[in-house]
Amino acid sequence: MTTESLNTSGRGKKWLWFHRFGSPAWVYGFANRWAMPIGIVALLLFVVGLYQGLIVAPPDYQMGDSYRIIFIHVPSAWLSMFSYFVMAASAGIGLVWHIKVSDLVARSIAPLGAMFTFCALVTGSLWGKPTWGTYWVWDARLTSELVLLFLFIGYIALSNAIEDRRTASRASAVLALVGVINLPIIHFSVEWWNTLHQGSTVTKLGRPSIDTRMLIPLLIMFVAFNFYFLSAVLNRLRCELLSQERRTQWVREIVHG
Amino acid sequence: MNDQTVSTMSAMMALVRRDLIIAMRERGDMLQPVLFFIIVVSLFPLSVTPDKTLLMQAGPGIIWVAALLATLLALDGIFRPDHEDGTLEQLVLSPHPLSLLVLAKTLAHWLVTGLPLIIISPLLGMLMQLSGDAIIVLCGALILGTPALSLIGAVGVGLTVGIRKSGVLLSLVILPLYVPVLIFGAGAVQAAMVSLDPQPHLLLLASFSLFSLAFCPLASATALKISVN
Repeated sequence: MTTESLNTSGRGKKWLWFHRFGSPAWVYGFANRWAMPIGIVALLLFVVGLYQGLIVAPPDYQMGDSYRIIFIHVPSAWLSMFSYFVMAASAGIGLVWHIKVSDLVARSIAPLGAMFTFCALVTGSLWGKPTWGTYWVWDARLTSELVLLFLFIGYIALSNAIEDRRTASRASAVLALVGVINLPIIHFSVEWWNTLHQGSTVTKLGRPSIDTRMLIPLLIMFVAFNFYFLSAVLNRLRCELLSQERRTQWVREIVHG
Repeated sequence: MNDQTVSTMSAMMALVRRDLIIAMRERGDMLQPVLFFIIVVSLFPLSVTPDKTLLMQAGPGIIWVAALLATLLALDGIFRPDHEDGTLEQLVLSPHPLSLLVLAKTLAHWLVTGLPLIIISPLLGMLMQLSGDAIIVLCGALILGTPALSLIGAVGVGLTVGIRKSGVLLSLVILPLYVPVLIFGAGAVQAAMVSLDPQPHLLLLASFSLFSLAFCPLASATALKISVN
């Protein structure tokens, strides 16, 4: 389907750009063009951020060098939650407006989100050993992060278990939406249940309680992780598009040259 | 079908009655979750410790986890038999709102599987050495919490009913969503045991159930429509 044929549908002109995202061929071209450059930017930012964080930034006066894991931990934890919300949103869009590309975006995000959640848990527990004296405590944030991992696994398991891909996308979209409503509830219930995790340091209102030399690498790593996420989603999306649209003309043209 | 002849309310009532009659004709099946509940709880003293004080401390949590698992085990029965004999398709095709029909089925299912758990729970509380007050709070918490378990469970079964072997998958999908019920349910009993006010926990539990009551039937109806096609 070409974008021209969609343009004739007579909607307001400012929505014309939006229609392109409904066209798998166009999105494939878009993902193909941008996945690599964004990945390179992410890589550069990783190098700069890690250099700043591991070599330039001073050790913490209490935790020594062990605090440096936050440069991985905090961006992972952020992306674990962010990716769940993006996944649920795009799955919901796919469910309501029957946009195939949107379903595929959700499907591409799921394993990445699970990976970030896993990273956040592992780095958190590695940091916990020297700081709290144990790898794992049943603290509120750790627990809700663990539940988040279970939600991702449930989503992936459900969408893999259903053979028909349309049904799989739609069913797992419902699960993602139920999960996204539940996530804040789970978070707060776990928070009231038990809390040991230190409070937010970066987003604290007023002055953040962190040294600028530590804050800058953290922010760089944060941006780097987001770029990496974007590039990885686009890359996965390319594969998903090719496999879903394998019977169409445009995929044949790409595959056979 | 003429939708003027049967009001939605009487369709729901008929559905509840039908499900209850089916359950009464297969009373053995009805007993299974309760027996499972009792067996799981009685495994803990054998595996952990028969020590009175420790059992008392762990009791509320053990009973809640066992109730959760018993609910989970019985959950498939809410839609699967109807899916297999085609009744579910008729429900999806009926002129009444599917979410309300799903609500009726969930209610029937709760009456058949949730209620027996509540009735047997004082006995288990005694086995776990809970005090009289704690047992009353346990019953109250189960009354307030198990509807949420059935309602959320119905969404999960709706999503997995089209899959042939969905046992483990269902628990993967559903158990994380049960976390708030578990926390507040066990929290209420624990608060009562150290003579704190269990009311905040119970209120939160009730609000979670009400919230599930409002949204879960809609989600299960959507899920069923997707699964049945």
